[in-house]
Order: sequence, then structure tokens, then C-alpha cells
Amino acid sequence: MNQAQVATRIPTEETLQRPILELVGIQKHFGSFHALKDVNLSVQAGSVTCIVGPSGSGKSTLLRSINMLEAIDGGAIYFKGEMIGQEVVRRRRVPVSARKARQQVLNFGMVFQGFNLFPNLTAQENVMVGPRLVRGTDKRQAAERAALLLDSVGLKNKGANYPSELSGGQKQRVAIARALAMDPEILLFDEPTSALDPELVGEVLAVMKELAERGSTMIIVTHEMKFARDVADEVIMMADGQIVERGLASTIFTNPRTERARSFFSSISKQ
Amino acid sequence: MQVSITDSDSNLVTDESRASAALPIGKRASTARWISYILAIYVVVLALEFFVFNRNWHWDTVFSYMFSQQIMIGLGNTILLTIFSCVLGLIFGIMAVWARLSNLWVLRTAAGLYIWVVRATPLLVILLMIFFLGALVPTLGIGLPFLEPLVETPTNQVITRFTAAVLGLSLYLGGKSAEVLRSGVISIDSGQFEACKALGISQFNAYLRIIGPQIIRVITPSMANELITMFKNTSLVSVIGFAELLTTVELIYSRNFKTIPLLMVAVLWYLVLTSLAMYGQARLEKRFGRGFNRRVGLSPAVEQQATEMVVLDEQTETQTSRGEGR
Repeated sequence: MNQAQVATRIPTEETLQRPILELVGIQKHFGSFHALKDVNLSVQAGSVTCIVGPSGSGKSTLLRSINMLEAIDGGAIYFKGEMIGQEVVRRRRVPVSARKARQQVLNFGMVFQGFNLFPNLTAQENVMVGPRLVRGTDKRQAAERAALLLDSVGLKNKGANYPSELSGGQKQRVAIARALAMDPEILLFDEPTSALDPELVGEVLAVMKELAERGSTMIIVTHEMKFARDVADEVIMMADGQIVERGLASTIFTNPRTERARSFFSSISKQ
Repeated sequence: MQVSITDSDSNLVTDESRASAALPIGKRASTARWISYILAIYVVVLALEFFVFNRNWHWDTVFSYMFSQQIMIGLGNTILLTIFSCVLGLIFGIMAVWARLSNLWVLRTAAGLYIWVVRATPLLVILLMIFFLGALVPTLGIGLPFLEPLVETPTNQVITRFTAAVLGLSLYLGGKSAEVLRSGVISIDSGQFEACKALGISQFNAYLRIIGPQIIRVITPSMANELITMFKNTSLVSVIGFAELLTTVELIYSRNFKTIPLLMVAVLWYLVLTSLAMYGQARLEKRFGRGFNRRVGLSPAVEQQATEMVVLDEQTETQTSRGEGR
């Protein structure tokens, strides 16, 4: 990992004033299903936000909306104060061009639940392919960087392996390295450990924790409550397409204000 | 009763079974296997009788024509026609599937119509229609409908026997391969497209470098089917008088009445061509199967390679280049 990414976690006055990401009144429908109902959220640079909640509550949809994998049908998303995904043309709001969307999406690095590694490329090629195709990085340089990134996620000797030769935990760590290769400003994790065998969850969470400690801005949809408590600055609880509760990681689990959150956390702790 | 298996000295295991446990594991003698061998020998003998000891094949005639000049020209025409129409047909197919999956309604509809018409029309009809296009439109030109064209040439100058054959065959292959290509596209997990999008990779680059190779792997068997069929479909161009392999053979036996030996000449050459195509198919499947055919238990060589990967010397440069530009 390069020096530039190692930033302090101490929020300065400026970062406190200007959130890096703001979601204002986000609406999303899938047919007649109202998936996101007026979601408002702001994220500070260098902070870790965990989104928890029952399945079908809209957590993943919210994350995918930020990354423009889902088009929102109401509200707006601002990155560093600039609207993304849409723009105003002749007093009308329209989706941005494909070219502009590709530019804007580079602000985010996405890690998927199902890894989505490219099966026809080796681990190292998976990490190289973004910089090569998007930034036109020289092959040697991209390979060098990929090797460093794989090393940083503990996969020093796996560069030549194809995804089919890796375990789930190793695949997800390659996926994290692939996202980091584009130097995104915000890392998005969509249930990164939900598809893993229990004994492999720890190695992925350890990498994520390290990233958090290095000051990366992260938004994580997760079911790992212990991880959320340890790592998150803020925890958001969603239910039925709405944010029902948000608070500091230290208080939300032990002292939820709403009945909905209380019943969710108690149902989790019973397991 | 309580049974506890705590150590290997358990006296439940007799010395006899211990001895048999040390024996090597072989194949199980099966009656079905022996019957299959006997049947195979029977069929081989039958085939020998039918092909070798039956004088009516006139093998001497077959071999005397096999490399004759006339047949060679016909064979050359078949190969030429196949290559031209396969290349053009695949271009048509890629354009059609691109249009079919476009988010522009006009393109989608146009591609749908094209595929519909090609599927509905017999190849013979397509070939005849193109060859006799001159009867429908005496001149070909570019311009606006009902107005004087900007450039124009007589249709019959453009549509020769060869161009009509290539155009007909490739239009036909285009429609069929579009559907084969589409089956490849829809077989790819949506997560692959999402990962490309999340990395900011353009759709063109995604198809060229990441999704495309995966599609080729999936469609190779059915696409090989289509292309091999082209060798034989070329024989249909005999209706417009283009002399490829089968037409040449027909011409010869209509004069000397050695029908079966001459058909055998064609069959043998088609076998050769198909073998070549299938060899190509096997190579293609091997190359695009990279990462899918799981290498169980990495060989020491591969482990070695993996370690060298991060060292980044000249060797690494060549190793990483394997994955690029394909």
C-alpha cells in the first residue's frame, strides 16, 4: 500500500464540515416494490460506516445505487459536493453519459458478495486489468503494483493462480486488491463475507480491519455484528427500505432507541 | 453394546482382512466389457468386408480421382468459399447480436427481423434470390429512395457467381451465429458485467478482453457445428452454377456414371476438412478453458511459477503477457 493511503483517522474540522458522500432523499422501485424510501445519509471522509438490517431491507440496493449499478428514481447522490449519476441538462435532470458514469464510478471500489472475479484471468491479472484497461497503465508497472497489493492482502504467492484454484477467502481478498488497484476514494463492501465458510470469514475481516485502520473511507453492508462493533464509526440500521436507526457503534447495539432495532439486535444475539 | 475404536490394534479387525487391505486396487472384471470387445471385433470385421473386400467401391477409381486437377480446383473453391463466408458470416453475426442486445429499439428490431427472416428462409432460396437480384433491381446505387442515385452500377456486375455464393452463405451464417453468440452472452454471470462496470471498464473493452474470451469458451462447440456445416452448405451453391467440390464431383459422374466412387472422393475430402476444423476446435477449447479446467494439485512447476510471479524479472513479463491481448 502506498504512503498516500496512510492517513490519520483524526477528523479535522474540514472533513467534519464537508461529508465526502451525501445521499439525499433516495428513492428506488423495482416494479411495484418500493425498495428505498427516502433514504438520507452522509459519510465523512476516513470514516467506516456499517449498514446492518434484515434481508430485503434495501441495504445492498442502497450500496449498489451509490456505485450506479442501480439507477435511482428519486433523490440525488453527491460526491464531494458534486451530483453523480445524473446531471442537469436544460433544466432537466438526466442520467450522465456512459463515459461520465465510468469516470464517476472510479471514485468507488466495490467488493461483491459473490467475489465476481474474472475466471479466465489469474489473480494477478484480475488486479491488473482495471489499471491496464481504464488508466492505460504500463503492463510492467501494473504487474508490480498488483504484486504489492496481493502481498498486502496476504496473497504473495497466489498471483499466478486462477480464481478456481483459490479458496473463498482468498478470492475475496483478491477482489479487495482488485478494488484497491484503482485507488478509489470510497470502498464499498456488499456482504463481503456472506458467501464464505465460517472459518474463512476471519481472514477477510482482518484485511478490512487493516484498511479501516489505515484511514480508508468504507461503507460496509454486513451481518457481522462483532466486526461492526469493533471497526465501524457509525452503524446504520435499515428496515423496509428506510434507515430506522443510526448511531455510534459503541451505543447502537447496546442501547437501540427504536423498537424495530431492538427486536433485530436481540434476534441476532439469540443465534 | 458399546463399541469403541480407539486404536489400530482393535481385535475386531482380523489378520485376514488386514492382509487383503494391503492388496493393490485393480479394475473390476465386468462381463459388459468383454461383450463390448466381442461386438467391436464383429463390427470391425463387418466394416472390413463392406469397405475393403467389396469390389463395387472401385477404390482404384476413387484414388485416381482423389488428387486429379479437376477435384483439386473444386476443393480449393470449397475452402475459399468456406473461409470467405465464415469470416463475413461471423462479422454479420457479431453485428446482429450487438444490435439485438442494444438498448436502442430500432437496432433491436432490425436484428430481430434479420434473424427471423434467415431462420425462416431455406439457404437454397437465399442463394437463388441473391443470384437473380438483377431481375428485381437492375442497378445498385446509393442515394435516397425514389430519387436519382448518387452512384450506381449494374447489379449483374456486382453479383457474380462467387459473390452471390459468399453473400448468401454469410447472410445465412450471420443469422444463425447471432443466436449462438447470444447464447454465449446470456450464459455469462451478471456479476461479471457488474465487476467490469464497477471498475469503470468500457463495454467495448469488457467484451474484448474479459467477457469475450469467456463467451468463446462457451460457444465453441456449437459455433464449430455451424462452421463445419458450412463446408457442406457450400455444396448448395451448385444451384447457381459455382463449381465447388460436390458440384465438380457431380459433373464428373454425370459423364462417366461412376457415381459411388466419385461421391466417396467428396466424402473423404469432407472428412479431411472436418478433421482439420475439429482439431482447431480442440485447440480453441483448450486455450479459452484457461482458469476453468481446474488444475487439481498444482505441479511443482506451477508453484515455482507462482513464487516467481511477484519477483518481477524478465520471466514475469512473459508470464503475465499470456493473459493479455487475447
